[in-house]
Amino acid sequence: MEFLTILQVLDSTMRLATPLLLACLAGLYSERAGIFDIGLEGKMLAAALLSAAVAFSVGNVWIGMLAGIGASLVLSLIHGVASISFRGNQLISGVAINFLASGLTVLIAQDWFAQGGRTPSLVGAARFEPITLPGALTSVREISQAGPVMQIYSELLSGHTVIVYLALLLVPLTWWGLFRTRFGLRLRAVGENPAAVDTAGVSVKGMRFAAVMICGVLCGIAGAYLATALQAQFVKEMTAGRGFIALAALIFAKWRPVQALYACLLFGLLQAIAVRFQSFELGGITIPVQFMEALPYILTVVILAGFVGKAIPPRAGGEPYVKER
Amino acid sequence: MEKMPKWADATLVPLISLLLAAGLSALVILAIGEDPVAAFKLMVDGALMRSSGWGYTLYYATNFIFTGLAVSVAFHARLFNIGGEGQAMFAGLGVALCCLFIPWPHWTLALAGSALFAGLFGAAWALIPAYLQAKRGSHIVITTIMFNYIAFSVLGYMLVNVLRPKGAGEPASVRFPEATHLPTFQDMFSTAATPLFRSAPANVSFFLALAACVFVYLLIWRTRLGYEIRHFGFSETAANYAGTSAVRITIIAMLISGALAGLMAVNTTQGEAERLILNSTEGAGFIGIAVALMGRNHPFGVLLAALLFGFLYQGGAELALWTNIPRELITVIQALVILFTGALDHMVRAPLERLFLAMAKRKTEGL
Repeated sequence: MEFLTILQVLDSTMRLATPLLLACLAGLYSERAGIFDIGLEGKMLAAALLSAAVAFSVGNVWIGMLAGIGASLVLSLIHGVASISFRGNQLISGVAINFLASGLTVLIAQDWFAQGGRTPSLVGAARFEPITLPGALTSVREISQAGPVMQIYSELLSGHTVIVYLALLLVPLTWWGLFRTRFGLRLRAVGENPAAVDTAGVSVKGMRFAAVMICGVLCGIAGAYLATALQAQFVKEMTAGRGFIALAALIFAKWRPVQALYACLLFGLLQAIAVRFQSFELGGITIPVQFMEALPYILTVVILAGFVGKAIPPRAGGEPYVKER
Repeated sequence: MEKMPKWADATLVPLISLLLAAGLSALVILAIGEDPVAAFKLMVDGALMRSSGWGYTLYYATNFIFTGLAVSVAFHARLFNIGGEGQAMFAGLGVALCCLFIPWPHWTLALAGSALFAGLFGAAWALIPAYLQAKRGSHIVITTIMFNYIAFSVLGYMLVNVLRPKGAGEPASVRFPEATHLPTFQDMFSTAATPLFRSAPANVSFFLALAACVFVYLLIWRTRLGYEIRHFGFSETAANYAGTSAVRITIIAMLISGALAGLMAVNTTQGEAERLILNSTEGAGFIGIAVALMGRNHPFGVLLAALLFGFLYQGGAELALWTNIPRELITVIQALVILFTGALDHMVRAPLERLFLAMAKRKTEGL
């Protein structure tokens, strides 16, 4: 395989890993605070629709993204009310949110644009354009003739949308926020031992709502990225299981931010390979594309099985907190 | 003192949830500029006022009975089997292999054989998540979700690379032989003078679904195993103390659940499509969650809820055909039902409980 081909695959890995990473970090905040969230998929989908629709109508992708974040926050709020205020089953609430988003997005898109549940294609300021880093080459011919360092710089590092860089930046930021601030300590404590946090005079509900809302914001950015950067329109069911791959990555990373980056890059790489090669030769054996598609899920099950390092979720995860039991 | 009489818990709570879901759906229909009353009439006309409409309603209901029972059996052991979709998908493969490669002399035998294969394949797909939950403590919800996606990939691989006839573009198997075709309601109930259920897909597997309801009722409330499953679901520690093995109950409950979800494939693959196609489950595995919640985990409730969702599904198809309301409206209703009956259960229940408590109090004071 040529060096440039490898670079191109890695480049598309970056782009495909970004929504996974954002959703994974979203889940990280929520689950570290003890609220399981299998509704990442639905929130991303709702954000994808609203961001594309508003960006198309207003002609400004930033306003579109805000609208997407708003849509995701509404669903987060439902999840919060159901699982924190009414102490409902968090998993069932997540399932409901996924279906709500799956149905409502098509209904709204059909009502708004009457194009079979999609939005018109976004052009110009209505979508995120790639940023060319200073000194990077842009034309394919120039890149193919450049030296390897320049190729890495121009092909792999340069030419992504701003959200890709933002997502990468969020990894150290999340690490710092969770492990080096008072807020982060409380957030993690609420997921491990809410009674202790309550005793310290900090509102468990407040902390959990904060975490669920941060999760909503990040899912919103992830969805907006899908519809306005990775692709240039909303299409029905366009998240295509990414919310669940992000969940898988979260478990794979054992609920840690830096490891989440690695897991998302790995799963992004698998997707990039599956997109580029329909079947893949490895040591004389043909690996079917379906295997590449299923690999993130298989790896997650293996990790969950605990044969390769046990994945232990936050201890109070999934349990509603009752004051003064 | 009981907070609420049993009948109220079994009927009022789901009914109020349903009304809330219906009310919100009506608002959604209003918001997209259609008339909810006319829409409801259209759904009733299309799904219930003609025998062919019933033919579709009962066909969908058959799927939902199986998947609803599957979810509810797991719920009794306090396991959330979200993998009915994958189990049914994998079972479809079993049904296809059974129908394609075994020379069945008659459909009755073919039905028995494919039901066995569907159950075995469905159970097999639930086995690994069950084992991992029981032995390794991996969360069953996550593993079954993962297995849904893995099942889709396995099915895709089998259809594209193995079962697809040479030269065909569509990822689907060849048609099953004539002898395996199940009699439809049209074959069974039509006479020359009065054609009934014309070209509707409802078939004999509906009766298999009814039998499954009876089976689950007997299993859960009339056998030792069922008692152990409920006991385990009610309190794991108490069950352990009483000598019930957590590993055994988890695995057995999930195997039964997987087998029930798998049986759905008899209806879709052998009964309707008569060949294996990629998306024969059409989300029925997930609707099972709504059906089980709505039906309060009781087979009779599941049957009623499955009929309701069958009606919604067929009615939704009619809406999509005649109005500007897309089929996805049904997904929204399904989501709302899951939300109200599942996650917001306390919200619906608490005011009712207060009401009944107040009534009981007044009665005792009046004495």
